[in-house]
Order: sequence, then structure tokens, then C-alpha cells
Amino acid sequence: MAEYRLDPDSAIDVREILKDLERYRPRRRGWIWRKPAPGLKMGDFVYHDASEPLKRSVPLPPAHHFGGIDPQPAPVITTEIASGRFEDDIRRMRMAAHHGADHIMVIRTAGQSHFDSLIEGTPQGVGGVPITRKQVRAQRKALDLIEDEVGRPINYHSYVSGVAGPEIAVMFAEEGVNGAHQDPQYNVLYRNINMLRSFVDACESKTVMAWGGMAQIDGAHNANATSRDAWKVMPELMVQHAINCQFSVGCGMRPDLICLSTVPPTATPAPCVYMDLPYAVALRELFAGFRMRAQMNTKYIQSSTREATVTHVLNMLISKLTSADIQSTITPDEGRNVPWHIYNIEACDTAKQTLIGLDGLMRMVQLREDGPLRKQARELKERAVLYMEEMLSQGGYFKAVESGQFVDSGFYPERNGDGIARQADGGIGAGTLTRREADYLAPVTAHYGYNNTAQYGLKEGRDPSELIGGCTFQNPDLISYIDELDEEDNVHRRMEQTEHLRRPGSSLVKPEMEWLGDGTVMLTLFFPVEAKLAQAAALEAARRMNLEEPEVISVEIMHPAEGTRIELKGKLPFALKADELVIPREPEVLDEEQIRQAIQERPMSVVAGTVGEDEHSVGLREIIDIKHGGIEKYGIKVHYLGTSVPPEKLVNAAIELGADAILASAIISHDNIHYKNIALVDRLAREMGVRDRLVFLAGGTQVSSEMAREAGADEGFGRGTKGVHVATALVKMRKKL
Amino acid sequence: MKRNDDYAARAARLQGLSDEALHARFWELAKALTDPLLQMGREYTSPSIERSVLLRMGFSSLEAVALVNKCLEHGLLGHGAGHVVFKAAGAWDLGVREAGRRLIALEDWQDIRAMFRKGARHG
Repeated sequence: MAEYRLDPDSAIDVREILKDLERYRPRRRGWIWRKPAPGLKMGDFVYHDASEPLKRSVPLPPAHHFGGIDPQPAPVITTEIASGRFEDDIRRMRMAAHHGADHIMVIRTAGQSHFDSLIEGTPQGVGGVPITRKQVRAQRKALDLIEDEVGRPINYHSYVSGVAGPEIAVMFAEEGVNGAHQDPQYNVLYRNINMLRSFVDACESKTVMAWGGMAQIDGAHNANATSRDAWKVMPELMVQHAINCQFSVGCGMRPDLICLSTVPPTATPAPCVYMDLPYAVALRELFAGFRMRAQMNTKYIQSSTREATVTHVLNMLISKLTSADIQSTITPDEGRNVPWHIYNIEACDTAKQTLIGLDGLMRMVQLREDGPLRKQARELKERAVLYMEEMLSQGGYFKAVESGQFVDSGFYPERNGDGIARQADGGIGAGTLTRREADYLAPVTAHYGYNNTAQYGLKEGRDPSELIGGCTFQNPDLISYIDELDEEDNVHRRMEQTEHLRRPGSSLVKPEMEWLGDGTVMLTLFFPVEAKLAQAAALEAARRMNLEEPEVISVEIMHPAEGTRIELKGKLPFALKADELVIPREPEVLDEEQIRQAIQERPMSVVAGTVGEDEHSVGLREIIDIKHGGIEKYGIKVHYLGTSVPPEKLVNAAIELGADAILASAIISHDNIHYKNIALVDRLAREMGVRDRLVFLAGGTQVSSEMAREAGADEGFGRGTKGVHVATALVKMRKKL
Repeated sequence: MKRNDDYAARAARLQGLSDEALHARFWELAKALTDPLLQMGREYTSPSIERSVLLRMGFSSLEAVALVNKCLEHGLLGHGAGHVVFKAAGAWDLGVREAGRRLIALEDWQDIRAMFRKGARHG
């Protein structure tokens, strides 16, 4: 059987991904950074902070004005994809990779932290995905294919935390997972897992991760998300970073793979850049040599995706003014639901757009070495030092946690007495540590701590796994692969339910936001009434549109009485048959030489202008001008009348100049004025008795072929039209006359 | 504990430090806080660590759970679950996977416990 490969024009076949997983082996281990490309030339531009371009990608929307270039910024870009059904996430990963993501992070299902072993099979998750060997293997295999398609390595990432951390770390190392969150403080503070157990387990986990070359991300960003006033937790954030960094180095991790998960703590309407910048500077100075994973702020996120996006752009301004090795993205819909496909893509595009837009900024701008920036940065460092001094005086890390030192809402040394206190003998997994005996042995690679291999004659410095002839780290064929444990809750059962919609193969089309066939759609509505009434109206409107399970997901007050903006989601209860759908025909294009020849044989002149009270000129100039590949280049003579041309003038000019055609551009579409003007040109030409001998073409961003013809033009041209389309129409229509 | 922001008073003695000296102080404190944690890691083990060892020896996650539970039940985890399997494999002249499976099925662990009787504590 031929090896499965991706066809760029075809959907990824998840069925193929799931085949032969028991025999799949990862192609590599370890984290891969982007390759910087200083001085990169793309189109007319030179980039100073870009990385090597992709082989295949989807560029930003305006790229068609710039020759389709898609420059990629220097930091690795993260997107978090975990809808609960990993099989559907695979398709989203492919889309994200094409929009510039090269770090795919999978959030775990609720409760996995407290699962005392590996989970096997492919059960459905809640708020994330149950991380299992089969699921990891399938997604890594899919990413191998996707990275070949886009031409850049993709890092795959999940979490090494909870009470089964070391086992997960081993499974990740075996399966070629490239990065993971690992921070025992996360277990202690946010998962109430026993602190002694968490740190002892973390030693093993980190040692395994170091062997696997994984990049580690710490958990400090959670303190930002959980504290009452996020900007007051800055000294503590530095301390949490320091504890995990120092501890990780002690376990053998390379500093350049230890990443601080750092979030600009504040958000608007606070003057957030003014507050966050000194913190970012202080952090990067204190932690020189480590890497920065710049996360976006989620603490204050609401249901407005626009607001979230602006916060995230401001966060990336901080990244640019300081540094970011990994730029994480938060989907702008995180405040309302588990992220949808489209918002993962939006977040990736926001990151790419912002960082490319800010390319080269620091060649022109410098942070001041005096004033409030330096003063505040210094103060934050001092507060962090005081914080650790107090921890030591309390008797060390465990005693400090017991006293509620962490996640207190006071700006340290201020204390409000509301920190998260944990007891050394409390929490999940308390009392489960065992002291190693003198003959303790673990005959495997990447084991932390005391290991009496000498008793079996192994010389110091030799790999303990030599005692058993090598372990799974040397010989992956030793890995025991479990396929499924639950006959009902697994990927194959789920895929049976949606098989009729699955591509390649299906001819049905159904909208979706999260899962194949979920039918979810979103409506944006404005009601000229107050918020509560608007919500009720939106729900009733959705019901009458036959949407199932309608739910308001965002309410924004435009004015307390004048109106409310509503976003609403619901489910469409049907699929569409692809072969019954009418796809508008592609505009016909003649060979350029044919057009030139036709014009040479029978010269042609046209009058052109933007019609009505409309000052737009760019689109029409592109259709006309020789330098944009416009119709002039085929020898067509153009009399350009400019903008805001009255319809009468257009028709009169055509008569006076004996033109063969009228080209009318109509951009403003308010109240259908564009079609009204098109109709007026047609009517005037008829009244003057010249309509029969004139070709009349209309164009504009909001013009459709059908509507333009209905209004009286011979043809209409919308967004994306090129000179050659118009020239083709002129030649063909003149032939008909 | 409640306390007002007494930063100015507390930080007075840090003001004389250069940035470099302050950074050095920061990392010195981080090391002092984490060294005892690293030491504890060297001296202790946990069910998850032992299961992770068994995974690397080629056991499935289900087998690893069963073996670690048996070791806990018989008070042998401090010797290392991988060690128990390794020693049994030697005694029975089997590969580690076969020995582990036999251990999971084994009802009476008296002989296994006997193999580890002389073990002294590692200080």
C-alpha cells in the first residue's frame, strides 16, 4: 500500500491518519526554533526580523495587493487546539499551520491532572482532550504530513502535570512530543496535588523531558489569571519563574529550552503598556539565558472578540519592545466558548500581522535608560528579592506555601491574607512518597536521583538501561501500544456518526465551528432597543430562522436606549448537497495574445470613470493602467474621466469620442446607489439611442455579475477582477454587436 | 497575614546593590529555595515515578499500574519497581516483560519479599 500523503487541494483524510498507528514511529525528538532570515526580501520589501518563508501558506487578506507574499515573523507561533475531539482538531491543525502556527498545543480534558496513570484509547474530552498515547501518536503523525506540506517543522505540545507527570513525560519522549508545560507549582497551587509529591515527581519528569529535548513552559501565567488584581502579582510571578527555572536546571534541563510563560499582566482600560513594560523588561534582564514564551492576557477577557484582539495586539507590542521566543496566541472567542476553528485562525493571523507589521521597529526605537521604566523595573526586582528572602525566613518553599505566601492579592510586600495556602501533608497524593532504599534501582535511561546500579556491576557514568539491554528510549519497538479500552467511547464510534459528512469522499456540506457536522453558525445582529429586549428579540429571530439551540454569546451596548449589538450562535439542522449547489462561473479569460491581436485588427476605445458622488479611483486605475496589467496594455485606448462622474457625462463622452464601450466603476454601495447608477447609465444610453452600439461594463467591490446585468450593464465585475477579465469581455462583447 | 506595603523600609538595604549584584542575589535565593527540593527528589520515589520506569522497561500502562500496586502492597516500592522486576527476571531466568507478567499474576509474593530482605536504607 502506498504511503499516505497530503494533496494540497484535498481535505486531510483522518481515516488514513488512524491507520497502522501501532507501527508509527516519530521522525524526530526535540524542539525546533524557526530559522531567522535577516534581510529577507519578499516582493518590494526587506524584512529585518522575519524567519524563513513557508512552502505553502495562506497569506493575510491584503496580500493580493502585494504579490501574494506571506512573510513569517521570527518567534515560534503557538495556537491551542483542543475541542474534545482530537480527530476534528487534526483538520484545524492543518489550517492553523497554513496561517503560520508552528507550535500546536493541546489542552487536556478536565480532570486529567487527577488521573493516577496514563489514560489510554480515545475517549471524548471536556474542555480539552484526554491525552493518550494513541491520540498523541495520531496527531504527531498528522503534523508530520502537515509540516512537509507547509515546509516548516511543527512543534507538538501538551502538559506534563498532575499525579501521573513522570509517566506522561515518558510517553511524550517516546512519541516525539516536542514541548510541554511542566511546573510543580501549578500542581500545588491550582490542582491541590500534594506539594512533596509534585516536586519529587517533577524531578523525574524534567529529567525525561531534558532527554527528549523538549521545550518546557512553566505555569506562572496562572498566577496572573487567578489573582484578584493581576498587576499586583508581578513580584510573585518573578519568584515562581525563578523557582521553576532554577529547579529545572537542577534536573539537567538546558536553559535555552526552559521557557518562561509570561503574560503582560494588565489590560485596558488600565494604562496597560505603561504598567506591563517595566515588568517585561525586568523579567528579561533577570532571566537572561532562558527563553520567553509570551502569552496573551486572558484575565480580563470578555465576550467581545474585537476587544480581545486589541488586548492581544497590545501584548505583542510588549513582545516586540522586549523579546519573545515563542509568541503564544489566545483565541479571541476564549471569553465565550471553547475555541472555534475560525478563531484559532484569527489569532494566528493577528500574531503574524502584528509582528510583521512591527518588523524592524527596534532598529528605530529604543527603550529609555532613565525615567519611570528603569525605576519601576528595579523596584519589581527588589520586591521579588524581598519575597524570596521572606520565603527562606519562613523555612523554605513548603513552609511558605503553607503560610499562604502565594497568590495573595497584595502587591508584595503588601499582604491581604487571601493567598492559596496548601499543607505539606495535604492534597491529592499526600503520603504517597517512598524513601529510596540503599539498593534502590531503576534500570532505565533518564532517571533522576539515587540509583544503585553499582550493585549489579555497572560502572559510574554508564546508562542504567544497559542492565536490561536498553529501554524504550533506545528501542521503540519495546513500547507497549494500547489501542482502545472502551468499546463505545472512542474515535471510531464518533467517526461513524459523521461518516456521511467526512471528506474526502462526502458530497455533503454542513457548517461547523468545532466538530464535523456540528451545524453551528453565528449571527451578528443589531436591534435598535435596550439590551434585554435585544437579547429576547435575537433569540426569537433565530428560532424563526429555524436555528436550533440558539444562544446569545455576546451583548454589547451601543447606547443604553438606542441599540444593542448581539452575537448569537445556533445549529443548522441540515446538510447541503454539493452537486445541487450553483457555483458562479469563473470569469472567462482569453489568451493575452488573442486579445492583443483582436485590438490590433480592430482598434477599440473606451470611456471610463467612477460614477456618481464617489471619489474611489484605485480599483478602476488597476483595471485600466498598463503598469497594473490593465486593459491599456492590450492596446485599448482609454479616456479616463476621473471620479464622481455624472452618468450623463459618461454617456455623452462616449458619444462625442465615438467610444466602443463605457466602463463605470461604482464603489459606494450604500442604499444600493451603485446599482441605481448602473441602471441610470443604461437608461440614458437608451434614451440617447446609443445603447445598442456600446458595450457597457460595470465594476466595484460590491458589484456582482448577476445584479449588474439585472441593472442594465452587459457584465459586472466584483472583487479580484483583473484587467484581462475586462479586456476579454470587451473583445467578446464587441464581436457580438 | 495582613500587612501594608512596607517596601520602602524593607528595600532600603537593597538600594546600594548594583543591578548585577541584585540579580546575583535573586539567583542565590532561588538556589537556596530549590536545593532542598532537588535533594528530596534524589532520596524519594513515587508510584508515578515507578510506573514511568516500568513504561521505559516496555510494560503497558495497565501492567505498570498492576506492578506498582503489588510492590506497594508488599512494601517493596523503596527498592524500585523496576528493580523488583529485574531481580525476579534474574531469579527466574526470564526476560523482564515475561517476569513482570508473572509477577502480576503471582498470588504469593513471599519469595519476592525475601529477595529484598537485606536491603538497608539509603541515607
